Amino acid sequence: MTKPSEIRISAGDIAVRRGLESRIAVVGSPNSGKSTLFNRLTGLKQRIGNYPGVTVERHVGTLTFDGKKTELIDLPGTHSLSAHSLEEQIAVDVILGRMEGSSAPDGILAVLDATNLYQGLFLLQQLVELQMPLVVALTMTDAAVQSGIDIDVDVLSEALGGVKICSVVATTGAGLEKLRAAISNIQDLPDLHEISVWPELTAAAKELRALSNDELSATESMRLLVDGITDRNQSFAAGLSEDVIALLDKLRNDLFADEPPVAVEARVRYDWVRDILKTVQRSAPKLQTWRTRITDFVNQPVAGTVGLFIVMAIVFQAVFAWATPIMDFIDAVAASLGTYVGATLGDGAFSSLVADGVIAGVGSVIIFLPQILILFLFIILLEDSGYLARAAYLMDRTMRSVGLSGQSIIPMISSFACAVPGIMATRVIPSRRDRIATIMAAPFMTCSARLPVYALLIAAFVPADRVGFMNLQGLVLFGLYMFGIVMGILTALLMRKTALRGPKPPFALMLPEFRRPNLQTVAFQLLGRVKVFLYRAGTVIFTVAVIVWALAYFPRSEIIGSEAEQQRQTVAYSMSGAELAAEYQHIDNLAASAQLEQSWLGRAGKSVEPLFRPLGWDWRVSAAVIAGFPAREVVIAVLGTVYAVGDEANEATLSGRLKASTHADGSPVFTLPMVIGLLIFYACCLQCAATLAVIRRETNSWRWPVFAWVYMTSIGYVGALLAFQLGSG
Amino acid sequence: MKLNGYTLATLKRGQKGVIKSVDASDPQVQRLMVLGLVEGAELEHASSAIGGDPIEFRLFGCGISLRQEHARFFQVAPVVAGD
Repeated sequence: MTKPSEIRISAGDIAVRRGLESRIAVVGSPNSGKSTLFNRLTGLKQRIGNYPGVTVERHVGTLTFDGKKTELIDLPGTHSLSAHSLEEQIAVDVILGRMEGSSAPDGILAVLDATNLYQGLFLLQQLVELQMPLVVALTMTDAAVQSGIDIDVDVLSEALGGVKICSVVATTGAGLEKLRAAISNIQDLPDLHEISVWPELTAAAKELRALSNDELSATESMRLLVDGITDRNQSFAAGLSEDVIALLDKLRNDLFADEPPVAVEARVRYDWVRDILKTVQRSAPKLQTWRTRITDFVNQPVAGTVGLFIVMAIVFQAVFAWATPIMDFIDAVAASLGTYVGATLGDGAFSSLVADGVIAGVGSVIIFLPQILILFLFIILLEDSGYLARAAYLMDRTMRSVGLSGQSIIPMISSFACAVPGIMATRVIPSRRDRIATIMAAPFMTCSARLPVYALLIAAFVPADRVGFMNLQGLVLFGLYMFGIVMGILTALLMRKTALRGPKPPFALMLPEFRRPNLQTVAFQLLGRVKVFLYRAGTVIFTVAVIVWALAYFPRSEIIGSEAEQQRQTVAYSMSGAELAAEYQHIDNLAASAQLEQSWLGRAGKSVEPLFRPLGWDWRVSAAVIAGFPAREVVIAVLGTVYAVGDEANEATLSGRLKASTHADGSPVFTLPMVIGLLIFYACCLQCAATLAVIRRETNSWRWPVFAWVYMTSIGYVGALLAFQLGSG
Repeated sequence: MKLNGYTLATLKRGQKGVIKSVDASDPQVQRLMVLGLVEGAELEHASSAIGGDPIEFRLFGCGISLRQEHARFFQVAPVVAGD
């Protein structure tokens, strides 16, 4: 830290200044319904940031009850206060107030899943031992009733030192008001009485704490005793005196002897949990619900795997088929708006900027909003219903045969939406080798930015014939998705056999019960995605569209303009009426085409054309591809702009213009082999600055993003070359 | 540590077993113990993926999936139906 310490303001002070009464950390196991509850409690009043120095998302929201404002911090899900992963480490650091720039929270909201008390109580007893103000939200009580679980809340509270427990059903909102009141008044709760889960550990922790002159908290002492000094707990283990370390070693030896401490802790704590469960939880007859029927069906190995493929096929079919009517509508609106603006503003640079630059460019990206919405909707639904975890389980064996684990499937599936969150999701993978192999494979998954390019080319060049229950266009799209998956898997395999050779990664996965996704949570997440997409369309893509328009419009050649004018005058003598109008149009288009060719973009495209000529691309496609390297969805905007000022401008839509475009000798540019080559190029090429940046951040080295870029671009080029040369030969 | 040679991996679909001893030397096994796979826990083999691996167990009503290679670390006593 180079900054003087007096400038740093702790988050606690900020909270006071904002008129907040207290800060509460929301803690719970993964899949405990924590995020749904957090969204219910804070609504739209939340901010998303990052924890300092790491890329784990930090969700903070405000809960208002009876005029009192409470800040809620949603911590990453954790099974234990022993930190095994980066996420768990962050959760522990925040709870203990060891996170840089923030003091310890004033209390904890523990989220306990009523359908999984066994694991939930393991974490909860550790939270009770913290002796901090604590409120427990018992979630999924409706699902518990359906599963035949009957929980005696009073007995449970007594077993946990008299903790306040609020039963809630986050999906319907039942019990939320009481929970809000309890959180707002968390400071007024009576102190918890000490529970004796593991008396030997509690005694040892007291001894250690006394010797450290209360430098260590009770919990930190306990964590040190169980975990020892590791690089994960440096935040409080660094700077201990030699005496304390010597005592720590002695106490650990007394407690654990030769046994692994983590194993001993698990045994002791789960023994206690099982005893408690006997008194707290009664099993009622399990009801036959849609949930159990679905679970029974997918639990058959073959049916489950076939089901997974059917689900995937339906998703991709829906993305293509359902979105078409809305997309046609947006396309038509953009086209008529462009024509209207062009006609109203007349000729000139400004008119061209608005019609050909802004409307054509941004419009050609906005058109893909319906598809992106549908894709994200499915991914969010699958995740919220618990199906993604099951997909990881079903695919584990397959993933293992390529050297990965089932856990890699979640980052991979997320990458179908966008590689950036997908790569960020690789943090759940404990093995570094495995993680980097997954990161290298993830950008091959067909992201939502590739979809526009695929959709445009497929709609223009693949006939809409029916093949069985799907149409050929949907089938080709499905094929491209499959191609991406195969390429990603081959890449992972290659990496694990060469640079990332090493032992097989571990795998243990919780398989949550299927649950009906909460509409509010789904809508909330979907809205967030749409905002990001529209924001990008409104800023990055708008800017690129205007720059590309300028590159394609300037410099204007006086000679071409005056020559065209001469031609118009010449034909005016010999023709009239419709014939003359058509001839005028032809002359104008030729002039525009000539202008484009000598523009900056035209020159850039021409200078790289020799490189791309073996792929069957003309200079316009080359120019669009060049412009698309920072963000691949931009290529559509560029094509939209480039083709709006050329000879093909008579066609109303972009796909029509592409079909009409020809090489200098009059042969069509977009032949089937060329289109297939272009699709392969897009399937492989890493045209995304954001992905490169996130790979750099996640691997903490430039080596991997540079490698990924060179590797993927080379494959895309060679693939497109083969497709065109073999297809045309 | 042998106990009739039964491990979690030998349970058949629908069969239940109580963990009798765990070989905790492997850090991966310790991670599973944190998730509740300790002596005294009762598990039911609920399903498996194609090829019998990984296996899904029910542990106090919750699904947890394990690979064959890890399931072997857990010695179990099968629970006979009707117990």
